[in-house]
Amino acid sequence: MDKPVEKGKFVFTRESLKKKFRWSEFLSEKIITGVAFLSITIIVLIFVFVFKEALPIFNYKKKEAVKVEQVQKQEQYGGEADQGQTNSSGQEQYGVTTNDTMMIENQARAEDTIVHGSEQATFKSLAGKKWLPVSDNPRYGLVPLFVGTLKITLIAMLFAAPIAILAALFSASFAPYWMREIIKPAIELLAGFPSVVIGFFALMVMASFFQNIFGYDGRLNAFVGGVAMALAAIPIIFTITEDALTAVPRTYTEASLALGATRWQTALFVTLPAATPGIFAAILLGIGRVFGETMIALMATGNAALISVNPFESVRTLAATIGAEMAEVVFGDTHYNVLFLIGSLLFVFNFSLNALAEFYVKGKLVKRFQGKQS
Amino acid sequence: MSRKKDITGGFFIGVTAFSAFVIIAVIIILLVVIIKGGKDTFSWEFLTAFPEDGMMKGGIFPAIYGTALLVLIMSIAAVPFGTITAIYLTEYAHEKSVLAQTIRFAVRTLATVPSIIFGLFGLGFFIKFVGGGVDDFFLGGELKWGQPNILWASLTMALLTLPVVIVSVEEAIRTVPRELREASLALGATKWETIKRIVIPGSRSGIMTGTILAVSRGAGEVAPILFTGAAYYLATLPTSMSDQFMNLGYHIYILATQSANVDQTLPIQFATTMVLLLLTFTLNLAAVIIRSRLRRKAK
Repeated sequence: MDKPVEKGKFVFTRESLKKKFRWSEFLSEKIITGVAFLSITIIVLIFVFVFKEALPIFNYKKKEAVKVEQVQKQEQYGGEADQGQTNSSGQEQYGVTTNDTMMIENQARAEDTIVHGSEQATFKSLAGKKWLPVSDNPRYGLVPLFVGTLKITLIAMLFAAPIAILAALFSASFAPYWMREIIKPAIELLAGFPSVVIGFFALMVMASFFQNIFGYDGRLNAFVGGVAMALAAIPIIFTITEDALTAVPRTYTEASLALGATRWQTALFVTLPAATPGIFAAILLGIGRVFGETMIALMATGNAALISVNPFESVRTLAATIGAEMAEVVFGDTHYNVLFLIGSLLFVFNFSLNALAEFYVKGKLVKRFQGKQS
Repeated sequence: MSRKKDITGGFFIGVTAFSAFVIIAVIIILLVVIIKGGKDTFSWEFLTAFPEDGMMKGGIFPAIYGTALLVLIMSIAAVPFGTITAIYLTEYAHEKSVLAQTIRFAVRTLATVPSIIFGLFGLGFFIKFVGGGVDDFFLGGELKWGQPNILWASLTMALLTLPVVIVSVEEAIRTVPRELREASLALGATKWETIKRIVIPGSRSGIMTGTILAVSRGAGEVAPILFTGAAYYLATLPTSMSDQFMNLGYHIYILATQSANVDQTLPIQFATTMVLLLLTFTLNLAAVIIRSRLRRKAK
């Protein structure tokens, strides 16, 4: 901080016009720039560290090549494959136990001898159809987890996308000002609901409600979980869609109205098509949210790794698997590495979705509105 | 205009209005059901007492205390860093520069990373790498920091809430009029002095909104702390950074899915959920109000 310049004495010279070097300025700028790098650093670190813990699986493949023969032998006389099938609704040993699956699980627990740190997981078993991480012959087939995650994402998006997009259209095109002032903050508040609260609501209220309507057996299933996840995805889809709709230049709608189209025709045939890239981005981010949602999946889906297309059967998602099993595994175990591998997959998937939404969609929007909006 | 068109139009508008109505209705139903289920158990004693009888009875004080401590440490970490990043993005970086664009992309990515991934990262980085490293290096292998505790959980949560802070503060900084900055610079203040005396005070409400939103998010998230520090049940409150802690959200999760007698603890579950829901709801409402005021001012 300099003293005020003395009056009258000021003479401009080449020297005095030069920018003074100030330590405080220099330091503050460097520190601020350094801190700003933090976000990038964190992303890189997340990638490195989550992947690092998953890496031993890939190394293990080489070691395993020698052991393959041995493993195959075991599989032949073990017959655990059948055992696995009968237990399929209660595979997780230490994970979430809900009221409904508790009994089956106890049974399963008694039948399976649990061997921690078993070294028989092969790289090949990752593509298998069975997720039996805690058993004599652990298998880490990711297929049922993928199927479960996709199923629940599909169900959630079938509910969330139409409702959120239509509501956004209402808010952006039809609703009077006062109504918009209620809808938008309300949905912001919904976005603030903790997912554990939504999960609890689904587990205690929605599950019984839907069971009464549809009359299926398992209280917790993909449908309940999917609808609950729709609640988590709606605010994201709504907000981004609404932004995209209001970003459509006024000239578009005015031209349409001037040509004699009614309000709803303008909204449906002019505003909505103009905002499609934004809506596409909204759906992508909604999918990302559902894909990685853990607590709702843990609480409301029943958590059995089944492969089926029936929406009223229990599923186990990728994220829920990490959440349920990570606390129980031995550090450095194959199971531990597989969970980190699932984490890496989730991260990469989410990262790609976000990048796609960001670059592809933004580029399109900017081109469409001639750089007016982004 | 034919009559038929008006009917389709009315129907279409009706459908969109109905969708909006459904969302609002679900929000109200959720609030009402949770509050109805929890209000009988809820009392001052419930908030201030320890759990009893293996969490079958009693209050949730340790969970509230743990959550408060978690968000406090989290805010201390996230708010300054978030604010500084926002200052860089608005005051130092050129809008179109590659670096600024990359940072923005990183922030948005960070905001969409699933919370469970933060948990994995906390485990792999904070607990195993940093904590384990500290143990090996300073304590000669004694296990102290290389295990889940409140510090690692809070820092993990801070990473999760960092984008929330950045976005809110950035929005607020943009509402500080350019004329104020120019006046300050014209009077001979340096850039840093201008930021310190003009920009930061001018965006105080934004920093507050960011903090409130971050606290609300941090109080509600469970997935990141599942294996970075939350404990099932503790008889004592955490007194050191290397202690584990109880947490409201985790408490709900445990009681609703892991406890032996779910039905018996149902009132406690509803009451705990009600506490968490009302806490985050109030915080978010406050943030919404402050922000809408800020936006009106910006216009």
